[in-house]
Amino acid sequence: MTGIAPRPSQSLIGRLVTSNVGSMITLAVLFAVAIVVPLLNMATPVDSPIHVPNYMLSLLGKYLCFALLALSVDLIWGYCGILSLGHGAFFALGGYAMGMYMMRQIGDRGVYGNPELPDFMVFLNWQELPWYWYGFDNFFFAMVMVALVPGILAFAFGWFAFRSRVTGVYLSIISQAMTYALMLAFFRNDMGFGGNNGLTDFKDILGFDLQADGTRAGLFVASALALITAYLVCRYLVTSRLGKVLVAIRDAENRARFIGYRVEYYRLFVFILSAVMAGIAGALYVPQVGIINPSEFTPANSIEIVIWVAVGGRGTLHGAILGAFMVNYAKSYLTGAMPEVWLFALGGLFIFVTLFMPKGVVGLVAKGSQQWQLRRRSARDLRAESDLRSEGAK
Amino acid sequence: MTRAKPELHDTILYVDGVSVSFDGFKALNNLSLYILAGELRAIIGPNGAGKTTMMDVVTGKTRPDTGDVIFNGGTDLTRMDEARIANLGIGRKFQKPTVFESQTVYDNLELALAGNRNVFSSLVFKLNGQQRDRIDEVFETISLSADRDRLAGDLSHGQKQWLEIGMLLMQDPELLLVDEPVAGMTDAETEQTAELLKSIAKSHSVVVVEHDMTFVRALAAHVTVLHEGSVLAEGTLDAVQNNEQVIEVYLGR
Repeated sequence: MTGIAPRPSQSLIGRLVTSNVGSMITLAVLFAVAIVVPLLNMATPVDSPIHVPNYMLSLLGKYLCFALLALSVDLIWGYCGILSLGHGAFFALGGYAMGMYMMRQIGDRGVYGNPELPDFMVFLNWQELPWYWYGFDNFFFAMVMVALVPGILAFAFGWFAFRSRVTGVYLSIISQAMTYALMLAFFRNDMGFGGNNGLTDFKDILGFDLQADGTRAGLFVASALALITAYLVCRYLVTSRLGKVLVAIRDAENRARFIGYRVEYYRLFVFILSAVMAGIAGALYVPQVGIINPSEFTPANSIEIVIWVAVGGRGTLHGAILGAFMVNYAKSYLTGAMPEVWLFALGGLFIFVTLFMPKGVVGLVAKGSQQWQLRRRSARDLRAESDLRSEGAK
Repeated sequence: MTRAKPELHDTILYVDGVSVSFDGFKALNNLSLYILAGELRAIIGPNGAGKTTMMDVVTGKTRPDTGDVIFNGGTDLTRMDEARIANLGIGRKFQKPTVFESQTVYDNLELALAGNRNVFSSLVFKLNGQQRDRIDEVFETISLSADRDRLAGDLSHGQKQWLEIGMLLMQDPELLLVDEPVAGMTDAETEQTAELLKSIAKSHSVVVVEHDMTFVRALAAHVTVLHEGSVLAEGTLDAVQNNEQVIEVYLGR
């Protein structure tokens, strides 16, 4: 990553937006998607050729959440060399926090009609709401928890791991163990999060019916805006001195330490930030798919996120977004058309990318355009040379 | 042979009675070493003499089992971590050149610039004119001005060594520990490096670990010979080269 040296005179907007072609394109596309897709869904008749059907809107909305999740992984993996194979855990925790809010919103409209307790608690014969469900009927409190719970877990995990200088493959393994342990815990009925069924049957969010077209479009726009904001925040980080320190830590941890940087604090900071981003992605995801259950914690999910980032291009930010869209589109298509092929395709894709496209699609495009420019330049030079020669011949 | 023990307040680095063992192997054995403020000192010794372990102890990478390591006449280093010691004013160059390869030469120097190393201040950090001048000054010193926009990874081996020395200078340390700076360098580069270190030594205290005797001679520094984790001899290069014990250690028993 070399494009991270901003000219000192540049304004903040210049630094975030125009200093990099990839980021210009990314932001333009994301803004366009945020406006055009919901518009085509809401304002065009169903039989119109440009109509975006509901299923497509929620599919794209899901992809936006995945892109945010991929962005969070790219920030720590691409820029700081922390390969987390458990980032799905933060996503799921954010999702659960949102799910708890929506469970409480159901009120007495559940199957058992209990105004206090969600259905699964009535079913388990629980008499009262566990303390850790308190406050989740309040939207604002739930949103704080969406960020706080993944943030605190990331802090606890990172504090011990980074201070003990656990890095590389060891860190990847314990991050995977973390999400696996959480999965087992959330599968238990007596944890109070609905066991293997998780939380579902949501009715509304902030009083808006989740099945209504307007709500769906609203959630879509919210996801797009969250992604854009997170992207700008990440761009700011990686173009600041902090970004340079992160790359320095990634490439030569000891050098960074011996010139006086507290490596563990830098790691901890981005790790927490990344976990919060993943939590927000999960919180936006759950109302759009209508369910959150412990399968979101499976280690395979977390590995898939890493593959999105690798395919798109690690350490570029926009590559992560692109990769999330590409791989998930392929997944949607293949699991529909040839479901038995999907996992083989995913595994093959990862091997292919690792071997032949170490910088992902973005790296490939960058290399292609560089070569094209080089060829054009040498062609121009050749022409100039022959012009010179013909002139000399006169 | 060893000089008299100087007063603590005259020293920049005071290593006294330090022992370190790894799984029963004594890497440092009651090592005592005193570097005076402003001194240029060369440390030589056969493989396994404890030169790198000595640097590890001083820079906080390894904790000594016993002994004192005191910086600048009063600061105990044995309980501090690497970053803290670096910020106190001790710079260390590794044996293998270690620079931030995927960043430009300029960014490498900028990252090493002395100042607040706090996470949050790095978020809003901006170079000011004075700091830019300082970077330019160091570029002159290490003769890499023409390469400032290149990636550090594209530099030659010798240039990387200089860049790393430049990064140490950016830290503005009082004491520089330099581990085998001329390993793998051409003769011309070696000569240039000796000049560079001598000029740095005019305003800093410098400790150089080196195998290359021509280089040590070019430095014209006071020499300490380490052997099996403690000081075997100390003096001018000629004196130690004629020392019976040193000859025995180097030529084999």
